[in-house]
Amino acid sequence: MSAAITACADLVESAVAHRTAMGRLTEQHALTLDDGYAVQDEVARRRLARGERVVGAKLGLTSPAKQQQMQVAEPVYGRLFSGGLHPANEPVRVDTLIHPRVEPEIVLIIGQRLAGPGVSAADVLAATDWVCCGLEVIDSRYADFSFTAADVVADNTSEAKVVVGPAMHRPDGLDLSLIGLLLEVDGVQVATATGAATMGHPAEATAMLANFLGARGEAIEPGWMVFTGGLTAAVPLAAGHHVTATFGHLGSVTVRGV
Amino acid sequence: MLTAEQQRAAAQSLRAAEDARAPIAALTETYADIDVVDAYEIQLVNIRRRLEEGSLIRGHKVGLSAKAMQQMLGVHEPDYGHLLDHMFVDEGAAIEAGRFCQPRAEIEVAFVLGRPLQGPGVTMADVVRATDYVLPSIEIVDSRLADWKIKIQDTIADNASSAALVLGGRPTRLHDIDPALIGANLRKNGEIVETGCSGAVLGNPAIAVAWLANKVAQFGVALEPGHVIMPGSCTRMVPVAAGDHIRADFDVLGAVAVSFT
Repeated sequence: MSAAITACADLVESAVAHRTAMGRLTEQHALTLDDGYAVQDEVARRRLARGERVVGAKLGLTSPAKQQQMQVAEPVYGRLFSGGLHPANEPVRVDTLIHPRVEPEIVLIIGQRLAGPGVSAADVLAATDWVCCGLEVIDSRYADFSFTAADVVADNTSEAKVVVGPAMHRPDGLDLSLIGLLLEVDGVQVATATGAATMGHPAEATAMLANFLGARGEAIEPGWMVFTGGLTAAVPLAAGHHVTATFGHLGSVTVRGV
Repeated sequence: MLTAEQQRAAAQSLRAAEDARAPIAALTETYADIDVVDAYEIQLVNIRRRLEEGSLIRGHKVGLSAKAMQQMLGVHEPDYGHLLDHMFVDEGAAIEAGRFCQPRAEIEVAFVLGRPLQGPGVTMADVVRATDYVLPSIEIVDSRLADWKIKIQDTIADNASSAALVLGGRPTRLHDIDPALIGANLRKNGEIVETGCSGAVLGNPAIAVAWLANKVAQFGVALEPGHVIMPGSCTRMVPVAAGDHIRADFDVLGAVAVSFT
């Protein structure tokens, strides 16, 4: 591993530990997207060595608008760790994070191993045990959430915490691209969307992930939760405020900041 | 406040703009003193003229019911317009874009009433009881005011920017759904360009219907059985032109489409 990858992994870990935003890694090092993943892999290796476990995966940059803005042709992938699992009714202490934001997502709980190439959306749905609603608390280690695609990949795509809604549903008979969503901050509606806002369909986004992981010799493993991509722009989470996402068919989930 | 003569002149110029498909300057520019009461009177002057010409009122639309639109125009209340029989376009049909000045498409959960709704005091419970069924729909909105540069008085006078609507033929009863949580995708020429949810309208489109019933009661009007109520769009509106195909897909309700030639 190059010294630059190690140095970048050190910087990411330091920003997390000190809850201090940093400048873009790409301003100091000429990182490609692959280099970004190498940094993410190195930080993951260290977290696993410290006793954390990978519990799932998340997708970022899943809307055409965000992909255009970041000049990437496909979504980016990050890992979900056991340390980021957050109980549904516990408030989030915002002072443990740098500048948290919340995104509403459709979550798939995968029952069978999925590894590309050749994984389709139909394969994903056949391998899905449960569909849930979720809120992802993201927290970029970069000042002002300002980053390139390589930067955000190195930062494990802003991974911080995930909250999974209380109701589990079988995917049978649901069209996930037409699941409606109302997003509220302190009871005031701020956005609406459907599941189609992530790559046209959450299972299409997940198929893309399985094919991406397959090319790396990895897979979506049985029991993983896949956060399939934010359906709206992320909203800030501040102490004393709460964010609620209400979904058609899937129920609702709330995150409260303290 | 305008004089009756000014109101009639403003109504005349709006109707002429609609007939010639030639937008005019905003009324709020031409008539600095125009207020919301004037604006509804101007709308009614033109509706009465349509009725004299043989048109029939087949329902109402609620406009400015999405928070984003209210913020854009700096208002805190929706507005409404009349739906006339000539505005109804068949599902799957092709309509001439040249019928309109500067058309845009919205996707809505249309309410069809089975019983009258007479305000004041109409509640959500009354709306649910009075609704026969809901239909998937596309509303084509248009502004007879140049470049859609409108204030609330302009759009009210302009019949809440109504132009045409397309109803899908598959009815769903409210008993079977949560009317606030119907996901909706707007496809333009096959591509999903907007996603949204029926609750974008005042939190629940049934609230928009109740608001409408109570608002028209101020003019001595009731919502009638068989009337269609367009409560407002699930998504942002999308510009349309000749050659475009617009399709709305709704969770549970199904789909509706229209082409522009």
